[in-house]
Amino acid sequence: MGAAPASRDVTSYGMGLAAPLALFFLLFFVAPLLQLLWLSLHNDTAGLQWGLGQYLHFLTDPFSLGVLGSTLLLGAEVTAVCLVLGFPIAWLYQRVGPKLQTIIILIVLLPLLTSVVVRTFAWIVILGRQGIINATLQSLGIIDTPLKLLYTQFGVVIALAQVQMPLMTLPLITALGRIDPNLDDASCSLGAGSWRTFFRIVLPLSLPGIIAGCTLTYAAAITAFITQSLVGGGQMLFMPMYLYQQASTLQNWPFAAAISIIFLLAVLAVVSVFTTLGRMSRGYGGA
Amino acid sequence: MADAPSGRSLVVDAVTHRYPSGALAVENINLDIKGGEIIALLGPSGCGKTTLLRIIAGFIAQTQGRIIIGDDIVDALPPNKRAVGIVFQNYALFPHLSISENVAYGLAARGIDKAARQREVQRLLELVQLPTMAERLPRQLSGGQQQRVALARALAIKPSILLLDEPFAALDKNLRLDMQIEVKRLQRVSGITTLIVTHDQEEALSMADRVAVLSHGKLEQFGSPSDVYDRPQTLFVNTFVGSTNRMPGVVVSADRTAAKVRLDAGAEIIARPAGGALSEGGRVTVCIRPEHLQFVGDETGFAGVVGMSLPLGATVVHEVTTADGSGVKVSQARIGETRALENGAAVRLAPLAPSLANAFPATL
Repeated sequence: MGAAPASRDVTSYGMGLAAPLALFFLLFFVAPLLQLLWLSLHNDTAGLQWGLGQYLHFLTDPFSLGVLGSTLLLGAEVTAVCLVLGFPIAWLYQRVGPKLQTIIILIVLLPLLTSVVVRTFAWIVILGRQGIINATLQSLGIIDTPLKLLYTQFGVVIALAQVQMPLMTLPLITALGRIDPNLDDASCSLGAGSWRTFFRIVLPLSLPGIIAGCTLTYAAAITAFITQSLVGGGQMLFMPMYLYQQASTLQNWPFAAAISIIFLLAVLAVVSVFTTLGRMSRGYGGA
Repeated sequence: MADAPSGRSLVVDAVTHRYPSGALAVENINLDIKGGEIIALLGPSGCGKTTLLRIIAGFIAQTQGRIIIGDDIVDALPPNKRAVGIVFQNYALFPHLSISENVAYGLAARGIDKAARQREVQRLLELVQLPTMAERLPRQLSGGQQQRVALARALAIKPSILLLDEPFAALDKNLRLDMQIEVKRLQRVSGITTLIVTHDQEEALSMADRVAVLSHGKLEQFGSPSDVYDRPQTLFVNTFVGSTNRMPGVVVSADRTAAKVRLDAGAEIIARPAGGALSEGGRVTVCIRPEHLQFVGDETGFAGVVGMSLPLGATVVHEVTTADGSGVKVSQARIGETRALENGAAVRLAPLAPSLANAFPATL
């Protein structure tokens, strides 16, 4: 949206062509965001008194900070689970024939092809007191009383990890595919075992994919309102639900707006940490 | 460093490899390579030479046969235990590691401490004439420099065998010659048994002590460059290495060392039975290289009509159409004033010597 470049090179055409999208974002993203910011800078619900009261309230309230903390932690846990489970899938994908590749891609993409509500209810069926896991374990005589899986942090992390898995796996598949297979052989011929090859060659070179995958997964996991609410039930409160309660139930719009802005800044901070880590490593753009 | 395990012998003993689909990649290959030799594996693409290289390196487990390095049968060893250095066609330098880290990689994998590693890296970078590039990344180097680094990295582990996979294919012509000389120099210095995979016959003939010619997974001939060039054992070797004229004919009489052949082009010449004994009356293909044909003034040899003449600098190549309608090429060295040949001039041609015409049984 900057000034047109002085010389008429190819980039100047690009700016013109981007104008419709820029206008769309201006109208439906930037403008509401500014409205949100304006709203959050009022101390009373009527919106008459300017001030930073809402922010002060949030930042001094242990309950609110607790919700923020547990939301960011949830994101970290989901991201970690996705990375640990997704990396082997991506690695396998690069090492099998085209037929198996099609099957793997289908399995990876399948969660995206069903509605998030359906997937989440499926997890309720699986994790519930009378659910598949408890019924199986009980009939095998491994446990006497059903395990509490639903409405726990564990349940939310597992359900979210499944829902967000494609966001991790797809960038990883791309990044691993860019690594020259000869590098594996070269490392091996120089006397390195599989672990050294993995940690010194494969992992650093797949860093761009890891960072992209982590950023996407993290951002999606902490804002996943439906899955968080349904699998977490009333027991667990995360930022999106907290925000919803303040805005919809309590009609406290300025506080809800402040929560949004703080949440946004927190997410941006985490994402920029990811990106900085990536820039620092020389693997970035190295392949 | 005094007793570096270089210069060990390499034996490829009756190695056959079949792809899972059942197709043969290489069939019954036998090579006996002495310590310190440079061997070229020469063949067109798809002849199995890269498969053979990967079998020796340990990346492919052959279906039959043995690989013996020095006194050890290495078939059970994975690539990282074989002490075989490889220079890949695209060099396969680690793009995220500096030049010194690349060269030190194999030393670190062997648990050599940092100080010793740095000394060795410096020594190797001086050996390949890149002492000031240690801190750069591979992408900041030119193709020739990257190849020197790849060589230094492979030599760092003091391999008993050095394998080079089409090492000069990506370089432009002048640089290629420089690097060929460089590799030969390094090989002389280190005395490492070296195997070069190439499809470039000039490279094979100029660099190798012995050349193994492969075609369709089979070893066609294994011998010195002059054996392969002057005394080819198969029609494939004769036509693949260097250029040649293929002239059909019939055997008039033959013993083990010489055969009288009546060429379809209309002359009787003496040729060497190159692919084993020939039977009288059998059809043969006689191969004569363009530089082994000469114009003769008398009635010996076969007649032809000169077509195009191509001056190629040091030589002139004449295209001559023979009586049976096929074309042959004649290459003349340009020494002083070469006799100019008119287009359409009638000439007679004969091989310089009987040993320079090779007769092979004709394949149908």
